[in-house]
Amino acid sequence: MSELSARPDRPSVGVAIPHESAALHVTGAALYTDDLVYRTKHVLHAYPVQVPYAHARVTALRTEPALAVPGVVRVLTAADVPGVNDAGVKHDEPLFPTEVMFHGHAVCWVLGETIEAARLGAAAVEVDVEPLPAYVTVREAIEAESFQGAQPQLVSGDVEAGIARSTHVFTGEFEFSGQEHFYLETHAALAHVDEGEQIFVQSSTQHPSETQEIVAHVLGKHSHEVTVQCLRMGGGFGGKEMQPHGFAAIAALGAVLTGRPVRLRLNRTQDLTMSGKRHGFHSQWRVGFDDDGRLQALDATLTADGGWSLDLSEPVLARALCHIDNAYWIPDVRVNGRIVKTNKPSNTAFRGFGGPQGMLVLEDILGRCAPLLGLDPAELRRRNFYATGQCTPYGQPVRHPERMTTIWDELGRRGELDARRREIERFNAEHEHVKRALAVTPVKFGISFNLTAFNQAGALVHVYKDGSVLINHGGTEMGQGLHTKMLQVAATTLGIPLHKVRLAPTRTDKVPNTSATAASSGADLNGGAVKNACEQIRGRLLQVAGARLGANPADVRIVDGVARSLGGERGVAWDDLVLMAYIERVQLSAAGYYRTEGLHWDSSTFRGSPFKYFAYGAAATEVEVDGFTGAYRSRRVDIVHDVGDSLSPLVDLGQIEGGFVQGAGWLTLEELRWDETDGSGRGRFLTQAASTYKLPSFSEMPETFNVTLLQNATEDGAVYGSKAVGEPPLMLAFSVREALRAAAAAFGPAGTSVDLASPATPEAVYWAIEQAREHSSHGHVVEGGNGAVPPQPGADAHPMKPRSEEVLEEVTHA
Amino acid sequence: MAAAEITINGRRATLDGVPPHTTLLDFVRAEGLTGSKEGCAEGECGACSVLVARPGIASPTEWVAINACLLPAAALDGQEVVTAEGLGRPDSLHPVQHEMAVRGGSQCGYCTPGFVCSMAAEYYRPGRARANGHVDSEHGPNGFDLHALSGNLCRCTGYRPIRDAAYALTGPPADDLLAARCEQPAPAAAATTIDDAEGRTFVRPTSLPDALRILRERPDVTVVAGCTDWGVDVNLRGRRAGYVVAIDRLAELRALHVGDDRIEIGAALTLTEIERRLDGRVPLLAELFPQFASRLIRNAATLGGNLGTASPIGDAPPVLLALDASLVLVDASGEREVPLADYFTGYRQSVRRPDELIRAVRIPLPLAPVSAFHKIAKRRFDDISSVAVGFALDIVGGVVRTARIGLGGVAATPVRARDTEAALQGRPWTAETVRVAAAVLQSEGTPLDDHRASARYRAAMLGQSLLKLHAENAEQVTA
Repeated sequence: MSELSARPDRPSVGVAIPHESAALHVTGAALYTDDLVYRTKHVLHAYPVQVPYAHARVTALRTEPALAVPGVVRVLTAADVPGVNDAGVKHDEPLFPTEVMFHGHAVCWVLGETIEAARLGAAAVEVDVEPLPAYVTVREAIEAESFQGAQPQLVSGDVEAGIARSTHVFTGEFEFSGQEHFYLETHAALAHVDEGEQIFVQSSTQHPSETQEIVAHVLGKHSHEVTVQCLRMGGGFGGKEMQPHGFAAIAALGAVLTGRPVRLRLNRTQDLTMSGKRHGFHSQWRVGFDDDGRLQALDATLTADGGWSLDLSEPVLARALCHIDNAYWIPDVRVNGRIVKTNKPSNTAFRGFGGPQGMLVLEDILGRCAPLLGLDPAELRRRNFYATGQCTPYGQPVRHPERMTTIWDELGRRGELDARRREIERFNAEHEHVKRALAVTPVKFGISFNLTAFNQAGALVHVYKDGSVLINHGGTEMGQGLHTKMLQVAATTLGIPLHKVRLAPTRTDKVPNTSATAASSGADLNGGAVKNACEQIRGRLLQVAGARLGANPADVRIVDGVARSLGGERGVAWDDLVLMAYIERVQLSAAGYYRTEGLHWDSSTFRGSPFKYFAYGAAATEVEVDGFTGAYRSRRVDIVHDVGDSLSPLVDLGQIEGGFVQGAGWLTLEELRWDETDGSGRGRFLTQAASTYKLPSFSEMPETFNVTLLQNATEDGAVYGSKAVGEPPLMLAFSVREALRAAAAAFGPAGTSVDLASPATPEAVYWAIEQAREHSSHGHVVEGGNGAVPPQPGADAHPMKPRSEEVLEEVTHA
Repeated sequence: MAAAEITINGRRATLDGVPPHTTLLDFVRAEGLTGSKEGCAEGECGACSVLVARPGIASPTEWVAINACLLPAAALDGQEVVTAEGLGRPDSLHPVQHEMAVRGGSQCGYCTPGFVCSMAAEYYRPGRARANGHVDSEHGPNGFDLHALSGNLCRCTGYRPIRDAAYALTGPPADDLLAARCEQPAPAAAATTIDDAEGRTFVRPTSLPDALRILRERPDVTVVAGCTDWGVDVNLRGRRAGYVVAIDRLAELRALHVGDDRIEIGAALTLTEIERRLDGRVPLLAELFPQFASRLIRNAATLGGNLGTASPIGDAPPVLLALDASLVLVDASGEREVPLADYFTGYRQSVRRPDELIRAVRIPLPLAPVSAFHKIAKRRFDDISSVAVGFALDIVGGVVRTARIGLGGVAATPVRARDTEAALQGRPWTAETVRVAAAVLQSEGTPLDDHRASARYRAAMLGQSLLKLHAENAEQVTA
């Protein structure tokens, strides 16, 4: 066992405790960014001027009418920007655009004494535009070759040889929808100018360091002049990884120009119409199997809907390509990726970050092809799992592939799957108008940022003279329980009771140059850094204790707040030890640092070992479908999931259940709809409210929901043997979609393959049932020959070149 | 006149000068009680849920959870409100807060205060614990009805730990102050007049004649009851009315009478009150209520409001059309009764004149023995229907004697499916009759293509609803 993963005696990690802020949450005492407004004097309120065209050139902007509205203080426009008029890191997102790129794009912001004044002022601003042609759907953009960014290609083996070797070749197409984050707390920022022109921004952001950078470059300041703090977020899910920056910059700009605190909080409609979502994808593919149903070759082209700017579309696409294999070994692979530029908000990170989209392509293929191969879908899946010694298509050896089969078999036992399959068969034979089905799907998800540079973190730990401990780290809390885990890590490393440790809100002046709290990596990275800082302090305290106890410091342990030498009777209490150390002038504060070892990735060749390890899991879902309407419910869900040795079991359980239900929402219920007509509302987001964009509610909760953490699952490469848990469980929800497909197929003859739209709304399921009843048994999958080759990249396509690689090249060549 | 004020968590706050469009949510947050959150501003997410003391059915007062984002603060003049902050503190949690905290019921915590308030209302509901241990997928062993949480959305947990917290609750302890409050009379409706600085007025008249006189004198007034539609207009569409009249506490509009030949339901009773007071007496309504929006909405919304807006996709009209209901309209000079089938005249338009109020809904007795409400929506709890169908059939000796079918979502107004009714009436209740009638039903109305459903699916669902009704009622009726 590695030093990183080994746990001391009586650790705080591994204990099931509630969220560290639970008592504050339930009493309404927990503060979120916008709650601070009521504690801040003389606040101005910012309101956007959104232009209702999908694509248009701004020919005139008249702000004077707004200034005539009582209570309006100022209108912020491009002319006010002292630095760079850009809200992103790719320099393709003007903060105040002269070209409206999507329906509802904000071209300027009004500051008012009240939100009502700002709203009326925004309505008074006059914007003249010249409408331009707009691409709303992915197909339109593909047709027009409206691409942006890199077009990476993932190649492994020889796809033509693999296809030639296959005895069954299928060709198909699949387009599926994105997903709105619908964090309950909309985007919010509150900025003021501090002493000495220092800018202080409170922001609901997953990436305070980047928010700080963008605020600085908009204001023409250096990073050390801007501090960003995030108390906590009311949900993030990736939606606050990159998108908060511009809003924070608007608030900061307003504060600088007026000298007053400025609050920007989007209402739900603004948030839904202005902020990006999970990328919807289009895919074209051909796939080859041998006679036993073993995958031989996959040739696919994935097209991500980037929206109007790049944002995080390139890394999202990269992760999609790196997860198209999910848990399956495919000898010969060619996958092309591309990003279309459409006139919609810029799509962004969302839990899974492209992984779900890549995996959905293959899971859909397996779900559609299994009946055509004459195989039970669960058997087809299991037959294709990775085995020891095999590598992913991008060349990374798959470590611990046996965990997948262990999980699969344990799920079979715990879920009583064989008996329930027989029971379902009986039920379906007896019921004409309602059918049940059970589906099992696996997850293998790579942990670490694809881009190696992001895999580092910092922490700052203070021990005060009274023995109390305050920790800071670079990660943000959005409900995922990161702070709870960090408290447990600190208490474990220092050997003290949990109540001795307190955690301070995330701030860029405490820990600099942090990575986004994203990619499920928060606990791995920040836990490593917190542990490192605590180890430094502990090392110094052991010296003090050793001297006191007359023992070699290496033989002293601090357990439950008492330092003792091995086998020694006498102990020194933590508080005494700390005070002694202070008096002896021993430093009681430490900056911790961690970087994930053993990673390498070449974006341009798309090869390497970008992931520290893989998280595994599997889910079995049973659904019941009404043949009259397509309406359905989840009767039972069983999950076995690998979180390594859990740092905090109650937190991990919450992540697994919540991720699963959120994934089920994406795949079954949540529907992003845009006005695709040529009418005056073209490009308008139609599902722009909670009343039209439906999240899972209590009625979508599985009636029986059993989650088991895989036991004896120590991960050597991560803090205290744990594994990341934020994203992987979302993809367990493929089992819901595949169960719905199987239930729809059960209305037709055995061996029916049905297409199922995503999301699989009751309407979509109804059409799948109709397809099954008409038993057009191939759906839209075409079998035979060498299949149809998906579109290949054009001559001008270029590989990915992340900024960090460009910087290294520039520095090297200079 | 007494000064307008609300009691929030036991502390009084003045409503002096508050504009009619200031929501209770904005008001309590400005009072420093920032636990209540705005998640959607249209009564869909419940993050703003608070408790209000209302006249009870099983006890003098009941704590009712409502969406604070929809209700004008002015409507709460003289009332008592409790927020999550008023239930407990971090160092002395309320039992509901304790169960939510220890069971992992909060992750990001943003929806949590709202969940806590909705859960607390059900915790205090008189008679909850006397459910005789009836347990199903929506009721816990402690009598907890999960529908109490149907108007609260959580994006983090997946709900299982929240359900477990709800099902773990016991009864309030003997010294519980909020339980004790239920034994005292509810706060009376205040006679409210609040003018804001810009000349806008909120008025709560104390009698029906007073209200009708205002309506006759000021044709420009906005009449509100539960405010579940009005609040959305204010928050999402920026509507600012100059003169708002609240009628939801008028005694004349809040009677419920079950007679021999009809049931009369006061237009200003909330849907929750109707549901509990009818207690299953009208099976078609009993089927409707759990599918009508959420408990938070039903605690405020009224039948008068649902019919007054004349929305084509309201869930009550298809059911009331099938029940052959009529409306009692009243103005300063008297009453008239209008069959609901003649009430709607166009998209959000009706025969009601601006100086008239809906006083009551009348449902003739006896009820048709075979009835059903089929709501087609994406989500089972708290969704707007793409199509809704109310059926009421009288089948005697295997022959359909009368058929009434109400449809929502297929035209600019709710409509009766007259052609389908004709295709059923006088014919044997057989698969063949139903097949033919279903084809007719499928072509009634002109459903739209929109973000909720395609026109093709809506039309298909009309036909399917009749086939389903037959499949579920084929045997017991023909036997």
